[in-house]
Amino acid sequence: MGNGTTVLATEQINQVLNNIGDRKKSQGIIPKSLTLLSVLLIAAILAVILGNIFLGGIGVISWEFISQSPAHGLEEGGIFPAIFGTVALVFLMVIAVVPIGVLTAIYLHEYTRPDSMITRAIRISINNLAGVPSIVFGLFGLGFFISFVGGFLDSVFVIADDRPYWGQPAIIWASLTLALLTLPVVIVSTEEALRAIPRELREASYALGATKLQTILRIIIPQALPGILTGGILAVSRGAGEVAPILFTGAAYYLPYLPTQLNHQFMELGYHVYILATQAPDIDKTKPILYGTVLTLLVLTFLLNFTAIFIRSRMRSRRVAD
Amino acid sequence: MTDMTTPPSAPPRTSTHIKITAETVDFWYGDNHALRDVTLSMGKGKVTALIGPSGCGKSTFLRCLNRMNETIPGTRMTGTVRLDDRDIYNGFGDVSQLRTRVGMVFQKSNPFPKSIFDNVAYGLRVNGIKDRQIITHAVEDTLKKAFLWDEVKDKLSHSAYMLSGGQQQRLCIARALAVRPEVLLMDEPASALDPISTTKIEDLIAELKGSYTIIIVTHNMQQAGRVSDKTAFFYEGKMVEAGETTQIFTNPQEKRTEDYITGRFG
Repeated sequence: MGNGTTVLATEQINQVLNNIGDRKKSQGIIPKSLTLLSVLLIAAILAVILGNIFLGGIGVISWEFISQSPAHGLEEGGIFPAIFGTVALVFLMVIAVVPIGVLTAIYLHEYTRPDSMITRAIRISINNLAGVPSIVFGLFGLGFFISFVGGFLDSVFVIADDRPYWGQPAIIWASLTLALLTLPVVIVSTEEALRAIPRELREASYALGATKLQTILRIIIPQALPGILTGGILAVSRGAGEVAPILFTGAAYYLPYLPTQLNHQFMELGYHVYILATQAPDIDKTKPILYGTVLTLLVLTFLLNFTAIFIRSRMRSRRVAD
Repeated sequence: MTDMTTPPSAPPRTSTHIKITAETVDFWYGDNHALRDVTLSMGKGKVTALIGPSGCGKSTFLRCLNRMNETIPGTRMTGTVRLDDRDIYNGFGDVSQLRTRVGMVFQKSNPFPKSIFDNVAYGLRVNGIKDRQIITHAVEDTLKKAFLWDEVKDKLSHSAYMLSGGQQQRLCIARALAVRPEVLLMDEPASALDPISTTKIEDLIAELKGSYTIIIVTHNMQQAGRVSDKTAFFYEGKMVEAGETTQIFTNPQEKRTEDYITGRFG
């Protein structure tokens, strides 16, 4: 009788085991389809956005559009000053943010102990900086750079007439404001790159009699360069699309000239989009130009990104392979 | 060369056959007391092996000899280490000067992400040698000394990462030799290598012995037996026993040494 029970139990177990494969298979379908669905949703949203912009904007894009100034109450002409202004703005921003961000990261990672009070204080500040809304940066830029720094410069270097020279919205102040906004990005990605450098490489350098500075300059920075570049890329992507920080600090509605000096105002693509969408005399008539401007902004940002990514991957492969 | 021949006027510790002496060395990583009262002398032109189970402090001790532990925050050391009777921790001058005299090879081969040539030239360059001809000559000379020249002479501009693990480690040895050290510290230099590469490293040690004072940390008892003149056994932060390698392996005075080398623990 005992034997019979055993046989029965074995059969039951076999039956369950035989079927469990099918059951598990059917259970697996639910999470897979759920996750797939959300992926498709995101892909669809992206496709709609990009498709809409592309279809609406492609007809407007022409050599005239990207090489001429706006005309007739923004209803005609091109957006060249805005493209120029955007590139100049981002360029100045990178010049300001990369050295400061990299030096800060090097200080944090190489010259302080990770658990010291000062390191923690700086790190908390950086995290908070990253969380500040961008309009606050704009107001800060207005108050600090234009009124305080610019006003101070004007009071020291008095220029013949009473008009402010530095104490007014200008491309230098806008790019510095953007640099502040993107500083955390550069610091964090540089620090990550520094952290990824194996301890053995530093020790090998020290063991050959190299000083700390020599080790940083000859081993650590070259090794961290792709990471630093990544920080630059992220800063550019972030900075090129921001409008709020430049609203009060230098962006202009319309300018008959290009910014050729640091204290000039400038036109910018993101701001131009805002102007075309809300401030133009006849918004319906500016719609095609609006589409074209958005498309240009997207392409420009992608282009900047791809250039940087291309340089970075070249650098990586050269270091590893050759 | 016994103590009898030492002139009486010489300072008491002066001795032509001792290169490095460590006296009553204690070391802490934070609260972790890693070395306790270690006293050991290492002979000039000889190979001294440091053996013992993992965590016994042998690598820590090795790194006290070129002040490499100073690069780790939160560490503390007491005691004295002398190189040719000069205290390397007090009044020695710049630490980089010490490290050019006391070179180091690490457990994991760690070539720089640079060309083979630039790896060997690095130590010369950071120590102020700029003349291209001198560097080129020194690189060739050093690679020959490390028996790597024939394998790499046609690809000096290639990345060091293209070499095999064993070649990389010999490149690291060459890199250390380039600044003409007197002492070479080796921290388990062959533990990550295959048997053939290990043999090559051991052959290299045998060649370098005499011209260099070598101190080698090893987990491999046979290796210690093959390459070293003197062996010191470390256990739980203490130096338990040191002596001629043959004596340590055939006639250890301490029970723990015997247990370790016969494989009863560790």
